[in-house]
Amino acid sequence: MARLTFPGGIHTYDGKKLSKDKPISAILPKGDLVFPLSQHIGTPAKPLVAKGDTVLVGQKIAEASDGISAHVISSVSGTVKAIEKRLTPTGKMVESIVITNDGEYKKIEGFGQDRDYSKMSKSEIRQAVKEAGIVGLGGAGFPTHIKLTPKDENKIDYVIVNGAECEPYLTSDYRLMMEAGEIILGGLKILLRLFDKAEGIIAIEDINPDVIKKFQELTAKETNIKVKILKTKYPQGGERQLVYATTGRKLNSKKIPADLGCIVNNVGTVAAIYMAVAKSTPLTHRIVTVSGDAIAEPQNFYVPLGINFSEIIEAAKGFTAQPKKIIIGGPMMGTSVYTYDLPVTKTSSTLLAFIKDEAAVEESACIRCGKCHEHCPLNLLPIKLQMAAIHNEYEKFKKLDGMECCGCGCCSYVCPAKRSLTQSIVQTKQRILKENK
Amino acid sequence: MNDFYNVSAAPHIRSPITTKSIMQDVVIALIPASLFGIFNFGLRALLVILATVLSCVLTEYIYCRLMKKPVNPGDYSDVVTGLLLALNLPVDIPIWIAVLGGVFAILIVKMLFGGLGQNFMNPALAARVFLLISFPTKVASFALDKVTSPGIKDFLRDGALVLDGVSGATPLGQLKAGESVDLLKLFVGHVGGSIGETSTLALLIGAAYLLYRKVISLRIPLSYILSFGVFVLVFGGKGFDPNFILGQVLGGGLILGAFFMATDYVTSPATPKGQILFGIFLGIMTGLFRIVGNGVEGVSYAIILGNLLVPMIDNVTGPKTFGKERVKDGK
Repeated sequence: MARLTFPGGIHTYDGKKLSKDKPISAILPKGDLVFPLSQHIGTPAKPLVAKGDTVLVGQKIAEASDGISAHVISSVSGTVKAIEKRLTPTGKMVESIVITNDGEYKKIEGFGQDRDYSKMSKSEIRQAVKEAGIVGLGGAGFPTHIKLTPKDENKIDYVIVNGAECEPYLTSDYRLMMEAGEIILGGLKILLRLFDKAEGIIAIEDINPDVIKKFQELTAKETNIKVKILKTKYPQGGERQLVYATTGRKLNSKKIPADLGCIVNNVGTVAAIYMAVAKSTPLTHRIVTVSGDAIAEPQNFYVPLGINFSEIIEAAKGFTAQPKKIIIGGPMMGTSVYTYDLPVTKTSSTLLAFIKDEAAVEESACIRCGKCHEHCPLNLLPIKLQMAAIHNEYEKFKKLDGMECCGCGCCSYVCPAKRSLTQSIVQTKQRILKENK
Repeated sequence: MNDFYNVSAAPHIRSPITTKSIMQDVVIALIPASLFGIFNFGLRALLVILATVLSCVLTEYIYCRLMKKPVNPGDYSDVVTGLLLALNLPVDIPIWIAVLGGVFAILIVKMLFGGLGQNFMNPALAARVFLLISFPTKVASFALDKVTSPGIKDFLRDGALVLDGVSGATPLGQLKAGESVDLLKLFVGHVGGSIGETSTLALLIGAAYLLYRKVISLRIPLSYILSFGVFVLVFGGKGFDPNFILGQVLGGGLILGAFFMATDYVTSPATPKGQILFGIFLGIMTGLFRIVGNGVEGVSYAIILGNLLVPMIDNVTGPKTFGKERVKDGK
C-alpha cells in the first residue's frame, strides 16, 4: 500500500524508544486532586459542588456552560476541600475544584455498566459522550460532543482515527493502540453509527509496523473500515496534514474538518468514546507519557485526572539529574513550565524533563537559506512573517497568510540561525486575533 | 524547589544544523577543488588561497572591533568568501591584489551592507569582478605551461615557481578560436584557468557532498547548466556539436559558479520556483556573455546580475499557502 504523506515537515530525533516498550502501568493518587474548570477550548464549566460536599468516582462535579464547553468528572471519591484558583499546565491560574481523596473509590450508580450501543439512538450516543466530559485528548481539547454534531451529518464521508503520534518522545497513543486496539475499534464503530454515509479510516505511521499489523488483523472483516499507512514525519498528526494525507482534501484556518466531510479524533479520544458509550465510564483517567533524559525510568502511566505531576515523576523513580527544562506536552508544541506542581488535565499527554535546554540559544542573522519555507507544511514564508511580526506590520503579516500558521514549530526547529520564528509568528497571530475580537 | 526551570515558547528542540555547520560544510566541499588547484598550478596556489582567506577573516574581525559590534562569532562565512575568491583567481595574481580583493569582498560588499545575510551580491564574485575591471591583465591571465607537464616530480621541484609561466589560452579561449578541446582533460581539470575552476571532477565531488548534506539542492545548478546548454545548442552557431557544448559546460567557471556561487543562500531566491527561474536566467545570461559577447567568460557577470534580480524574483514567486490555492475540484 502506498504510504501517504503531506508537503513540508521535518524528521527529528524521536526519543520514542525511551518509553515505547514498557506496558502502561496504573498509579493511584496520594495527595489531593485538582480539577480545573477549564480543561478544554471554550467557556469554563460551572461547578455543581460546594466546599464540604462528598463526591463519588464518575460524579459530574462541574457542568458544561452554554456553547462550547465540557463537563468535569471526579476521578476519586472524597470531599471537596476548596474551589479556588490553581496553576494549570497552560501556565494560567484557573478556578479549580480541589478534592481530598478518601481512598475508597466509591462509584456513582451505573458506573461501568455494559450498554449495547447498537440499540442506542444517535442522540443517546451523543448525550453519553457529552455526559462523560470527553474532549480531544490529543492536546487541542475541543469538546467532542460538539465535534460529533456537525451541521449536516449526511455530508460526512470519513471518520478518521488519528494514530499519528508525530511529536517526539510521546508513546501514549502507541501503547494504547498496542494494548487496547479492540477498544479503539469499538469506538470507531460507535462513531460510524452516527454518520450513515461515512467510511472509517485508522491512520497509522509506518514507524509502527506492529500497530499496523494489529489493526489490519482487527479490521480484516470490516467492510467499512480501512487502515491507512502514513509516512513518519512531523507534523503528520496535525489535523490539516492528516486530512490531506488520508483524503487529499485541503483544510485551512477557516475550515473545520466537517466542512470537508471529515470527522477527526485522536485514538485516545476514540477509546474514551467507547468507554463512555459501551461501558458507562466517563472520562476520569488518561494515559500520560513521562520521558526525557532527566527521567530515571521513562514510561507510560494510566493516571486519574487531577493527580499531581510530582506523583507521576515519583512513580518514574524521579530525576537522574537536575532538569533544566520541563515540558507538558510534546517538545514541538508543548508548554514549558517553571514548576511541576501541577494537576494532570484532560489534555496533559506528556511530561518531559530535559537536562539541557536546546532552545536556550542565541539568535543570529538570517542567511536566507529558505529552510523555514521548505519545511513549512503550509507553504508559508516564516522568515518574512517574522520580519513583519518584529516590525508590527499586521497588514503585511495577514497578506503573507500569517493567520494560517498552525504553530507546528518546524521553522524554528530547522532554522540554522536559531531564530525564534514560530514564537514570533504565533504571538503576532494571537495579538491580531485578540484585536479583531 | 529553589531552582525554577527554563520557560520559553514552543518548540523546545532545535536541529543540530547551524549557520556555522553549513559554512563548514561548504569549506569541506571546496577542499577537493582547492587541492586539485594546488596540484595543478603549484604551491603558489596555496599562497593565493591563504592570502584571500586571511584577508577576509582579518577584515571582518577588524571591522567588528572598530564598529564595536560583537566580533564575528566564528561562523566560517568569511572563510568561505576568501576560499571562493581564491578559487576564482589565476595562480599568478600578485598577492597584494588578492589581498585587496579579500578586503573589498568583506568590507565593501558584505559588512557595509549590514553583514552576514544582508549583502545583495555574492561577495567573492563581486570582488573578482572588481579586480577584473581594475587589473584586467593581472586577473585574466592564466598560467598554462606547468599544466602541460604535471608530473609529481615537477610539482615538488617547482612548487611556487610556477609564477614565471607564460600565459596561454584557456579551454574557453580555444573554443572561441574555433579549436576543439580534450574533454577528458577538461573533466579531470588538467587545463588552464582560475585556481579552483578547472577540475569538474573535484568540483562535482564537493557538490555531491553538499547535496548529500542537503546544504544545496539541484534546483539552481541544474536549471543553470541545462538552460546554458540549450542556449549554446541553439545559438552557439555549431548546432549539435558535443565537443563544443560539453566544452562550454565543463570549461571555464560554470561548474564552480553553478554549484558553489549561484547557490549562495543570501543572494539567491528563497522559493523553489524562484530558484529555477534564477537558474534559467543565469544560463541565458552566461550564454549571451560567452557566445554573443566579446569575452570568453561570463559566469561571474551572469551571477552578479542574477543576484540583483533576486528581490524581484522573490516578489513574483510568492508561494501559495496550503489550503488557500484556487479551488479546482469543488472541495
